[in-house]
Amino acid sequence: MTTHRLTSRAVANVVVLIAALYTLLPGLWLLLASTRNSDALFSSNILDLSDFSLWQNITDLFSMEDGVYGRWYLNSLLYAVVGALVGSMISVAAGYAFDKYDFPHKEKLFGLVLTGVMVPPTVLALPLYLVASGVGLVNTFWAVFIPVLFNPFGVYLARLLSSGYVPTEVLEASRVDGAGELQTYLRVSLRMLGPGFVTVFLFQLTAIWNNFFLPMVMLSDQHLYPLSLGLYTWNSSATVSPEYYPLVVIGSLLAVVPLIVAFVTLQRYWKSGLTAGSVK
Amino acid sequence: MSTVLSEERTGTKPPAASAVRARRAGRRQQLLACVTLLAPFTALLVAVFLIPVGYSVYLSLFSQDHEGLGFGGGTTVFTGLRSYLAVLDDPSFRSGFGVIALYCVIFVPVVVLGALALALLLDSGLVRLRRTAQMMLYLPHAVPGIIAAVIWLYLYTPGLSPVIKLFAEADIHIDFLGLHTVLPAIVNIALWSGLGYNMVIFYAALQALPREVIEAARIDGAGGLRTALFVKVPIIRGSVVMVCMFALIGALQLFTEPTLMNQATPMVNSRYTPNMYIYDAAFRRNNYGLASAASVILLVVTCALSFAVTRWAGRRERSAR
Repeated sequence: MTTHRLTSRAVANVVVLIAALYTLLPGLWLLLASTRNSDALFSSNILDLSDFSLWQNITDLFSMEDGVYGRWYLNSLLYAVVGALVGSMISVAAGYAFDKYDFPHKEKLFGLVLTGVMVPPTVLALPLYLVASGVGLVNTFWAVFIPVLFNPFGVYLARLLSSGYVPTEVLEASRVDGAGELQTYLRVSLRMLGPGFVTVFLFQLTAIWNNFFLPMVMLSDQHLYPLSLGLYTWNSSATVSPEYYPLVVIGSLLAVVPLIVAFVTLQRYWKSGLTAGSVK
Repeated sequence: MSTVLSEERTGTKPPAASAVRARRAGRRQQLLACVTLLAPFTALLVAVFLIPVGYSVYLSLFSQDHEGLGFGGGTTVFTGLRSYLAVLDDPSFRSGFGVIALYCVIFVPVVVLGALALALLLDSGLVRLRRTAQMMLYLPHAVPGIIAAVIWLYLYTPGLSPVIKLFAEADIHIDFLGLHTVLPAIVNIALWSGLGYNMVIFYAALQALPREVIEAARIDGAGGLRTALFVKVPIIRGSVVMVCMFALIGALQLFTEPTLMNQATPMVNSRYTPNMYIYDAAFRRNNYGLASAASVILLVVTCALSFAVTRWAGRRERSAR
C-alpha cells in the first residue's frame, strides 16, 4: 500500500513537472535568446553565455528605424491603459444601472449585451473597418481606440458584482440623506465596487494589449501601430533581412513584461476569489 | 434587487400629496441617473456593434460596379444573395472550415484532457508546490497571442531552433512546418497558451466540490484514481462541456497564428482559415461584398454555436436543480 502510494506520488509529480517545463521552457528560450547577438542566435547556441549582448540588443531595438519601437510601446500603453480605464468606467456604470434601476425593455437590452459577449471581436473587425472607412476614421488613433472600449462582458460582470457588493439599503439610506443619484453612485457605490472594477479593468487591459486583428485591419501608418502589429511587420521583414530576428526576440520579451506585471496583480484578485470559494 | 421605480404601483395606502410629489421628483431623478449611466455604453453598442453588423449585411447584398476608374463613377447594384453564393461556392472558403474542423479534432481533446488531468493531479494532494505549479502552468496565458506565435515559430525554424538542433544531433530530422506537421504545430501554440488557463477553471470547480462526497467515496474503498474518474469528473462535467464549447467558438476565430505561419511556410496559404479569407477578400482582392458576406456567415455560425451552448447549458443547470 505504501509503495503504491509512493509510486503514484512520484508519477503525479513527474507529470506536473513535465507540464511545467513545457509551459516554461519557451519563455526561458525567449529570455536567453534576447541576450544573444545575431551570430549566436543563428548557431542555436543559446546556452553559451560567453558573449552577453542584452544591452546591445536593447540599444539596437530602440534605435532601429528612428526608434519606432518606443513609439509602438507608447501606443500600446495608450490603447491598453487608457482604453481599459475608460472602457471599464463605461462598463461598470452600465452594469450598475442594469442592476439597480428598472426601465422599459431592460431585459431586452441586456439580451443584446449578452449577444455582444458571445460575438468574438475578430468577427466585428471587418464590419468596423467598413464603417470607419465610411466616416473617414480609418488609419487614425480612434479607429482602434473606440472599438476596444466596447466590453459587454465587463457590463455582465459589473451587473453581477453590483448585486453582490452594493446593498440596496445603502442606496436608500443615501437617498434619505438627500444625496443625488449620480452623487451616490460616485461617492458610495463606486467605492464598494472597487475590487470588481479592478477585475474588469485587468481583463480588458489584457484583451487590448493582445489585440492584433483590429489594428491590422484599421492601420497602415506605422506610427499608430501597437506592439503586436509592429512586431508582426518586423517579423515579416526578418524573412528578407535576418538582422530583424534579434530585434523581434528582444522586442517580444519587453512586450510581455507589462502583462506579467498585470498578471501578478490579477493573481492577488484571482487567489482571493479562489479561497473565498473553497472556504464555505 | 431592483426595487425603486415600481414601488409606486405596489403601495397600498394612498400617500399624501406632498409625498407623491417628492417621490415623483425622486423617480425622475433616478431615471435621469439611469440614462446618464447607460448612455456611454449604449452609444458604443450602437456605434461599434449594431451599425457595423447592419452595414456589412447591407454591403453583402449590394455590389459596387465601377465604370472606368472608380472614384464616384461607381454605381451600387442590388445583387441579393449573389455574394453569399459566391462565398459558399468558393473552395478556399470551405476548406477554411475544413481546417478549423481538423484543428478542433486535434486541439479540443488534447487541451481538455490535458487540463483536466493536471487539475485532478493538483487536486489529489499528491503534488508538492501546488501554488507554484499552478502559476507556472498559467503563465503562458499572460503572453499575447502574436508573441506566443513568434516564440514558437522561431522554435520551429531550422537554424534558430535549439529543439531542431537537439533532434538533429540524435540524427532525427523533423520539419515542423511541413504539409502534415503545420496544423499540429499551430495546435501546439494554442495548447501552450490555453492549457494552464483551462486547468485553473477545472481546478476551481474541483476545489468547490463538497468534501463529504470525496470522503464518502474514500470510505467506500475507492482509490484516488477511481475517485477522480468516477466521482469528481462526473460532478464537474458542466465545466468540461463549457471549456469544450469555448474552445470550438475560439477555433472559428483562428487568425493570428496561421497568419504568422503564412510568412514562414507555403503550407499555410493566405486563405487558410475563415478570418484569413475575410482579410484576403477585403484587402488583397478589394472585394468588400465578398468579405462582408463571409463575415456575416462567420457571425451567424458563431452566434448559432454560442446560442446552442447557452441554451444547452441553461437546460442542464435547470435539470440539475
